[in-house]
Amino acid sequence: MINYILRRLVTAALLIVAVSIVTFGIFFLIPKAVGADPAEMYVGKSATPRDVEATRVKLGLDQPIYVQYGRYVKGLVVGRDYNSGPSITHCSTPCFGYSFRSDREVWPLLLDRLPVTISLALGAAVIWLVGGVLGGVISALKRGSLIDRAVMFLALAGVSLPIYFTGLIFQALFVHQWPIFRGGEYVNFVDDPLAWANKLFLAWVSLALLFAATYARLTRATMLETVSEDYIRTARAKGLKERVVIAKHAMRSVLTPIVTIFGLDLGGLLGGAILTETVFSLPGIGRLSIEAVRTKDLPIILGVTLFGAFFIVMANLIVDLLYAVIDPRVRLG
Amino acid sequence: MSSSLLTDGGMQPVGPDPSTAQSFLDVRDLRIHFKTDDGVVRAVDGLTFRLERGQTLGIVGESGSGKSVTSLGILGLHRRGTAQITGEVWLDGEELIGASPERVRLLRGAKMSMIFQDPLTAMHPYYTVGAQIIEAYRVHHKVSKGDARKRAIEMLDRVGIPQPQKRVDDYPHQFSGGMRQRAMIAMSLVNNPQLLIADEPTTALDVTVQAQILDLIRDLQAEFNSAVIIITHDLGVVAEVADDILVMYGGKCVEQATAETIFRRPEHPYAWGLLSSMPRVDREVRDRLVPIKGNPPSLINLPSGCSFHPRCPYVERNGIPCKTVEPTLAEGTPQHGAACHIPHPERLSIFQSDIAPSL
Repeated sequence: MINYILRRLVTAALLIVAVSIVTFGIFFLIPKAVGADPAEMYVGKSATPRDVEATRVKLGLDQPIYVQYGRYVKGLVVGRDYNSGPSITHCSTPCFGYSFRSDREVWPLLLDRLPVTISLALGAAVIWLVGGVLGGVISALKRGSLIDRAVMFLALAGVSLPIYFTGLIFQALFVHQWPIFRGGEYVNFVDDPLAWANKLFLAWVSLALLFAATYARLTRATMLETVSEDYIRTARAKGLKERVVIAKHAMRSVLTPIVTIFGLDLGGLLGGAILTETVFSLPGIGRLSIEAVRTKDLPIILGVTLFGAFFIVMANLIVDLLYAVIDPRVRLG
Repeated sequence: MSSSLLTDGGMQPVGPDPSTAQSFLDVRDLRIHFKTDDGVVRAVDGLTFRLERGQTLGIVGESGSGKSVTSLGILGLHRRGTAQITGEVWLDGEELIGASPERVRLLRGAKMSMIFQDPLTAMHPYYTVGAQIIEAYRVHHKVSKGDARKRAIEMLDRVGIPQPQKRVDDYPHQFSGGMRQRAMIAMSLVNNPQLLIADEPTTALDVTVQAQILDLIRDLQAEFNSAVIIITHDLGVVAEVADDILVMYGGKCVEQATAETIFRRPEHPYAWGLLSSMPRVDREVRDRLVPIKGNPPSLINLPSGCSFHPRCPYVERNGIPCKTVEPTLAEGTPQHGAACHIPHPERLSIFQSDIAPSL
């Protein structure tokens, strides 16, 4: 078991290193390939060639790519000093560099946006997990019935409707037509939990609808497969109540694939939900990244990408560990 | 067709108690049909047999002959929506087909229980062997987890699992095939069932383990004086343990007698076929085994008349109406039912002259 955990940890660490190399390579080689100069992008169009050179040296952009990467990683791990001759600016751990546009450190920018993204992702996750799994189970148990058809229709609608459609419809109906929920600015949970939930609710539902559909279908399929397993027949043959057979014996197996995709979905969402955050004007990581792309703010794009990759790798790791808890057969490996 | 089984008194009881008094297990004209998109599957069609405490009945037949469907039907494990079940199943004076599902659930696993074929798939992979036995015990007994655990360890010990205190916390995949079957038996016997149905209990096991498992079932049966049904396609297994044998073909019983009789004087051509296709280690290797030609019939569209007729080497012999008239068990004697149109004396002589020498 400890062996298994250690192996997973090492794999996760290697994965993050690999992702950082690839993203760093892409984001710093491509500007070079197309003739754009990062130093120029940093100082802006009105700067003199001398300023550009100074900035190039300050940011270390005159160094070979592997030195730049080494400094970048060093910045992430222990922090980094930028020396522009007269002044030394210290960028503390984890240093993702400075935004080209606002000249602010990237890390605090990310941290600022993180609570919004976490609020959005977790709230939606609760709704889609409960709704999707419950819908799928009911659908499977009442296979062929009206309820089954209704749930599956909703699921089909859920996966088919893009968030910018459902999100806008919801806002049109429940914010403008019938003002049940308020639009406006995002409110921190610690400042006003009710306003926080009120602002986020429609976003949760819109996002959850998209995911719940997949979960309902997966749950239904797995449940149908599981109830025809021999061990379910054995459970019935013991004289267990049907409720116990389903809730204990069948659900345990149904949960395995659910845990897998849930981990990956949640990990992906923590890296930013671009569409939802845009439609509901939530200042999260997704919005940060889309703004950075629009303004070609390379350090932020790099930071957001690595940040997102980190969440996905961590989610993978947690899923793998949970697997061992759920399925004893994994523990041997 | 099969309704003739009902009316002409073809179900002469076979076994130790030929009177009309009820046996411990009394199955009367059991029919289990499944409606499918392709038509009605007549998986079991008019099956009648009885079984006393302490006795073992072997149900023999090819895949798809309705053996397992019968056992699941007795235990009430078919879904009421998809399976149409008629007939009567009396267990110790209590009728089960018409009983409420809740009542049958309370009997299931307690008074009657089942050993399944493949213990790797029949046990839940995510729960320890002990947890599954404890659960089986606590469904029917109001005891603490600790007491149930003691009982589970005791049962594992009884079925011959070494170091049961340790193995009780193992998962099914950590057991070998034979051990897993023992654990399955321990789980089935944890509530001292009076009726034990073993569905191909040794099929997934190698031969040395097979014998051990059969011995185990026999020992435990002797101890609890329970009635046992062994379902198998392996005549060697029933020869070992069964008192009576019921041969099934196409959802019906085609021959029914004591094990001794079936092996010494089988009367149905299908039983002859089964015996001829059975490998024997105690004979020298002479010829190839003689398989039964053809395939088991479709249970949706059974052949007319005797459903074995397309595969029978003696079909329409001397103008008997195999293809049109369905034979009943009454073509045999009360002690030895055989659903075959060939006249009784002729059946005996065919077996003596054609079949027995090549066995």
